[in-house]
Amino acid sequence: MELEAAKMIGAGIAALALGGAGVGLGNLFGSYMQGAFRNPEAQSKLKVNPMLAFALIEATGLFGFVIAMIILFG
Amino acid sequence: MAEAHSPLAQFEIKTLADLHLGGIDASFTNASLIMVVVVALVTLFIVAGMRNATIVPGRFQGMVEFFYEFIANLLKENTGSAGKQFFPLIFSLFMFILGANLIGLFGAITVTSHIIVTFALAFMVITIVTIVGFARHGAHYLSYFAPAGAPMWLMPLMIPLEIISYLIRPISLSVRLFANMVAGHVMLGVLGTFVVGLGGLFFALGAIPLVAIPMIFALEVLVALLQAYVFAILTCIYLNDAIHLAH
Repeated sequence: MELEAAKMIGAGIAALALGGAGVGLGNLFGSYMQGAFRNPEAQSKLKVNPMLAFALIEATGLFGFVIAMIILFG
Repeated sequence: MAEAHSPLAQFEIKTLADLHLGGIDASFTNASLIMVVVVALVTLFIVAGMRNATIVPGRFQGMVEFFYEFIANLLKENTGSAGKQFFPLIFSLFMFILGANLIGLFGAITVTSHIIVTFALAFMVITIVTIVGFARHGAHYLSYFAPAGAPMWLMPLMIPLEIISYLIRPISLSVRLFANMVAGHVMLGVLGTFVVGLGGLFFALGAIPLVAIPMIFALEVLVALLQAYVFAILTCIYLNDAIHLAH
């Protein structure tokens, strides 16, 4: 296989990291909704931590983006 | 690497004033200019807001106090009263990253989308945390790498793992901020080319990415705030580990 083609395929595979980030985000917001609906009075208290977790989970998907960039341009 | 119309062209560093110190290229670039602007804006924001300080704050002073209290509470919740002396560090880190992220969204080059900038910040944080740990606990700080309560036969596995996770912190801290900023800006750039490409194909088609851009932009403003917050809170957590040797 040509190197150029292999690089493209590798970068595409690196985008699979988004799947994990998607599962994580779905899990996070699903649990948040569940917690919020079960105890609506605590909803305002529960608002900050999901946002922090959102940023942390999103970062794991973006590490895949970084790898794709390294493969393509590194 | 980045061509004129590639979505990566926006991160290109241009030299504004040549400066070579002993073979090291220390030129003043557009990124350095924006960093100076960010520091100047943050300083101006705080100094101007607190110039006519009153007991009942006005709108401007209220904004400054909001950021102050936000970081003060963050520090108190995560490190307790022992972390109070690190308030200037966390506050200036938060304000600098927030300013750089936001100014990057409004046209200027995003300095936090350069790994060297974020890595320098993260490396500084980890160096300070390590110094604080050794200054507080002396050689006892090394027990951080051997978690108490773990069985003795696990130690050959636990100690290398703890050391690796300690050393990987500056990398994960810097790559998190860097990747978020780059990905967001690349996405906006790609959507921008979609507008032109699809609009050239059929006029109304260009409207779809055009509508998406403000939404993604709003998401990016949220991400800019969140990443500054995450950087600050993780710095607090690392400081807490060094101050209160839990195990």
